[in-house]
Amino acid sequence: MHKVLVLFAHPRTDRSEVNIVLAEAARELEGVTVVDLYAEYPTFEIDVDREQQRLLDHDVIVFQHPVYWYSCPALLKEWQDLVLEHGFAYGEGGTALEGKTLLNAVSAGARREVYSRDGGYANELKELFAPFEQTAKLCHMRYLPPFALYAAGHAADEDRLTNHVRAYRVLLDALINGRLDLDRAELKISLDDHLDELMTIPTEVK
Amino acid sequence: MELLQGAFVYLVAMVVAVPLAKRLGLGSVLGYLLAGIVIGPALGIVGAETEDVKHFAEFGVVMMLFLIGLELQPSMLWRMRLRLLGLGGLQVAATTTAILGIALAMGLPWQSALAMGLILALSSTAIVLQTLEEKGWMKTTPGQSAFSVLLFQDIAVIPMIALLPLLAVHQASHGATDTHHGGGLGHLPGWLQGLVILGVIAAIILAGRYLMRPVFRFIAAARLREIFSAAALLLVVGIALAMDQIGLSPALGTFLAGVVLSGSEFRHELESDIAPFKGLLLGVFFISVGAGIDFDLLFGRPGTIFGLAAGLMAVKLIVLLILGRIFGLRRANLWLFGLGLAQAGEFAFVLFGFADGAGVLAGDVVRIATLVVAITMLLTPLGFICYEKLIAPRFGRRDERQADEIDEPGTAIIAGVGRFGQVVNRMLTANGHTTVVLDYDADMIELVRRFGVRSYFGDATRPDLLHAAGAEDATVLVAALDDREKQNQLVEHMATHHLHCRIIARALDRHHVYELLDAGAHHVERELFESSLSAGRQALVELGAHPFKAERQTRAFRTHDRQTLSALHENWKDGGMDTSYIAAARGRTDELDQIMVTDRAAERHDSSERGWIPPPKSGTGS
Repeated sequence: MHKVLVLFAHPRTDRSEVNIVLAEAARELEGVTVVDLYAEYPTFEIDVDREQQRLLDHDVIVFQHPVYWYSCPALLKEWQDLVLEHGFAYGEGGTALEGKTLLNAVSAGARREVYSRDGGYANELKELFAPFEQTAKLCHMRYLPPFALYAAGHAADEDRLTNHVRAYRVLLDALINGRLDLDRAELKISLDDHLDELMTIPTEVK
Repeated sequence: MELLQGAFVYLVAMVVAVPLAKRLGLGSVLGYLLAGIVIGPALGIVGAETEDVKHFAEFGVVMMLFLIGLELQPSMLWRMRLRLLGLGGLQVAATTTAILGIALAMGLPWQSALAMGLILALSSTAIVLQTLEEKGWMKTTPGQSAFSVLLFQDIAVIPMIALLPLLAVHQASHGATDTHHGGGLGHLPGWLQGLVILGVIAAIILAGRYLMRPVFRFIAAARLREIFSAAALLLVVGIALAMDQIGLSPALGTFLAGVVLSGSEFRHELESDIAPFKGLLLGVFFISVGAGIDFDLLFGRPGTIFGLAAGLMAVKLIVLLILGRIFGLRRANLWLFGLGLAQAGEFAFVLFGFADGAGVLAGDVVRIATLVVAITMLLTPLGFICYEKLIAPRFGRRDERQADEIDEPGTAIIAGVGRFGQVVNRMLTANGHTTVVLDYDADMIELVRRFGVRSYFGDATRPDLLHAAGAEDATVLVAALDDREKQNQLVEHMATHHLHCRIIARALDRHHVYELLDAGAHHVERELFESSLSAGRQALVELGAHPFKAERQTRAFRTHDRQTLSALHENWKDGGMDTSYIAAARGRTDELDQIMVTDRAAERHDSSERGWIPPPKSGTGS
């Protein structure tokens, strides 16, 4: 049983169509702790000790947020700036996060094809998330490719939301039960398609 | 029986029977009625004088209508006009017609039959409203529909009184028409009577609007609660007398006065002053109904009496169910509406007496009819129980889900509307929340009213006033009274009696914080702390600190101070400081100095310097 920490960052949950649904779905799973960062720290005064303890208590860290300027909302960046301290997460004696796993579960405004070599942004989302990947690496964590819902503003109308929520539950459940093949997942460009191919057969897990 | 002895018997009956009845799930009204039966026909402790008691206690109905009026803003009355006139009017018309037909078939002359129909079409405002309020059904759709019908009926009593003398078939037995309700206007010509009636109604409205508020403000300035209560009673009694003089229903007059005063800042105070009188008088009224049941007549002809009662309720129920359906009530709601109003009302006792005197109905008919009315009233609580135990559970799930859909925004009570309370109130109302503002300073209320704040005069520590202000439904209480003791009392009362309500309290100083927390406040805010911090931060900036550095120092100070406050709570005992408290406080002060002056960058446990610091120069980095 692995423990999953979902750090949910959305400054306007009142206008959220996707993230709030995902967060609620995650909240229902046993083994998942969902932290609504904007609710807990409305004035950006992050309790560093508490957040570091949370990291220590969990094995998998999920940054769940909408994509803002190819990155995360400001509070989650502030969280990184404050919580991932030298001597705790990196640098001399900074090995507290060693062996843990980090991934971003995000909603993106643009369509899938825009995030590609030939698309408008000329990069895969995973490539644009290089700062997250490098952060994970420096903190001795494994970084998984993003689990993304593209064109999120149209997802509900186009009936894609329900499937995505289901996939999110499957993903979290697999992370809890150690059923996700992390070595193979790490090499993928994203987690949102062919998720089932990344599952290990239960009997193989020991 | 002497006055005190009488009062003693009634009070004992109440105190014993009502809690028992409530315990057994029968509701208070049935408790009163049973208490009446016990002390009246069963034990014979009270006798013929119950008739006088009943007439006196009918004043409880007048008070109840005044209270209902207070709850009803004119705009709400206007919104109800369709149900009031449509549902109420049709109910009276249809029931009257049905009973008229039946009475004719039973051989009564048409005049008597019509009078019977009109009188029995009325339902019991006292029983139904009392029960609706007790069960919290007043705000529901069937509750509102029932209320509309009752209100129309109460208004309809007036033309009925005018009509009854015209239906005389016998010689008027004691010329009661004029002395009873015609008041002192009997000798005036019709047009002048009309003019006087219009004049009195206009006077009530104008006085309520322009005269009563300054008068109440003057009385409130004396800060004597009993005088305010006396003034409130005086108002109700005065109006009732005036209405009686011109031959109108006192209930209607006080209802009107209530509506006029519903917008005034004294509404809640009036409500909480009159409510206990109303409650007691109605209780006495119900007891007198129970005590007045004529068991000789009942046991002499049980078949006839119970048959008539059952028939009457069946006729009324059918009419109500049909009309309720037409007006959009369904399922459990429809049944609550129908069963609730199927009885005959207390006005029937008045009107039967009147009809007897006017020679419209024969004496023995009146005796039987009065008994039948009492029986239907006695059966009403059983109807409600039947609804609760049998009908509501059957439709239960669906109704629950419907209730969920009503998304009523939470309301807030703000006690104390000085500068602190005003800002809180403005923030809440600007965000679309409903607030009820209470203050014991009439001038302050007057002032904030001028700025359009809905505020009410009254002592917020009084449970009855809090009740009138809607403490039962409030989501949040912001306690901001200036008086320290009252503030603690208020918080303690709310914390013990309204568990669902979140309490945010303003403290005058650190010790007051502990007092309020111990009293049960959920969140305590020191009145000057945040603004002082803000000034301190600005001073740091003026002294040359970088604004964000000043902000970080402020945050560190706030955090430490709050931690100190909660850490010292256990050292603090009633009245405050012993040596352990002082020692602990001193230790915390030293620690704060430490936090504020240290500038060792690598110190990880230094909360002001922690954050956004570069890795050590010799470190690995990347």
